[in-house]
Amino acid sequence: MSKRKPYERKMGATWWLKNTFHTKYIIREGSSLVIAIYSFVLLFGLFRLSQGAEAFNGWVEAMSQPGWIVFHLLSLAWTLYHSITWFSLAPKAANIWLGQKRVPDSWIVSGMYGALAVISLAGLILVLI
Amino acid sequence: MTDSIKIDILRYRPESDNEPVWQSYDVPFTNEMSLLEALAYIKDELDPTLSYRWSCRMAICGSCGMMVNGVPKLGCKTFLRDYKNGMKVEALANFPIERDLVVDMSDFIEKLEAIKPYIINDNPRALEDGCHTQSPKQMAQYKQFSMCINCGLCYAACPQYGLDKSFTGPAALALLHRYNQDSRDAGKAERMKIVNAEEGAWGCTFVGYCSKVCPKDVDPAAAIQLGKVDSAKDYVIAMFKPGE
Repeated sequence: MSKRKPYERKMGATWWLKNTFHTKYIIREGSSLVIAIYSFVLLFGLFRLSQGAEAFNGWVEAMSQPGWIVFHLLSLAWTLYHSITWFSLAPKAANIWLGQKRVPDSWIVSGMYGALAVISLAGLILVLI
Repeated sequence: MTDSIKIDILRYRPESDNEPVWQSYDVPFTNEMSLLEALAYIKDELDPTLSYRWSCRMAICGSCGMMVNGVPKLGCKTFLRDYKNGMKVEALANFPIERDLVVDMSDFIEKLEAIKPYIINDNPRALEDGCHTQSPKQMAQYKQFSMCINCGLCYAACPQYGLDKSFTGPAALALLHRYNQDSRDAGKAERMKIVNAEEGAWGCTFVGYCSKVCPKDVDPAAAIQLGKVDSAKDYVIAMFKPGE
């Protein structure tokens, strides 16, 4: 008769607190929730815009309340954190070659930061002109 | 005077224990001593009932995977000098404990077999055609993924596998990628069915810890993300081929 009695360990709801790598992973993924909430706020602004100038101005006015400004600052911080973690992971999903040499990971990461800078600058110019 | 180090080991004896229990051992410390050697000392000098797996003692065989202070490690590649405050050793996470530090890896082995880890080619080169040639670039596409020693550390590091055992997992998907990238292979279409499945590449949420803990510097996380890229291409191409 077999004496086997394999023991299965349960992970439990707090598995991600037991290892700092896993904790950072959950924070990284959690930051995307903040971005989702921000996107809904922005989408609501677009919806108000579709209802006319008065509705949109009401939304803009609401957004300039201190509470909403704090919300936007927090969203910006989380978005930057999310971007940094995303950019650092990006080379793993890319297998780009130039001739017989693989493009170094640092080029891909730098490229992402470069693209972010160009798009941000373009956005800024659009707003200011 | 010989310094000693305290090693806590999670014991599990199926014939007498209903659940694992911690047991403490004091092992003489030397600067060069590996955890595997410490376990041998415990078994030879302190407690012959301790069970653990080992073979090569030099990070080739992949037998001595275990959790050290909650991190998946090879016993032979872990040194007491890095744990002067003591270490807590337990069987590799996410696998059922068979006895003490021995786990049941049969699920992992079945997954390795399932991904068709061999060169598939219906029209192999004839002997008179001479040997296969591969450029350094062609070889670089798969070489690092072929260095896996099947130790299972990446499975112990992967919460997705821990939460859902149907996930194909890091080492198997990395090995799959290794054969898909080999210029001598023609079996990609067969293996893409495994990559495209819910429990294939898409079961991965890119935690990335698998690549961090790999003792052979394989990058399973990269293999899986590249698998997702392939899978997405497959999906788009299929949209333009409605007949198939």
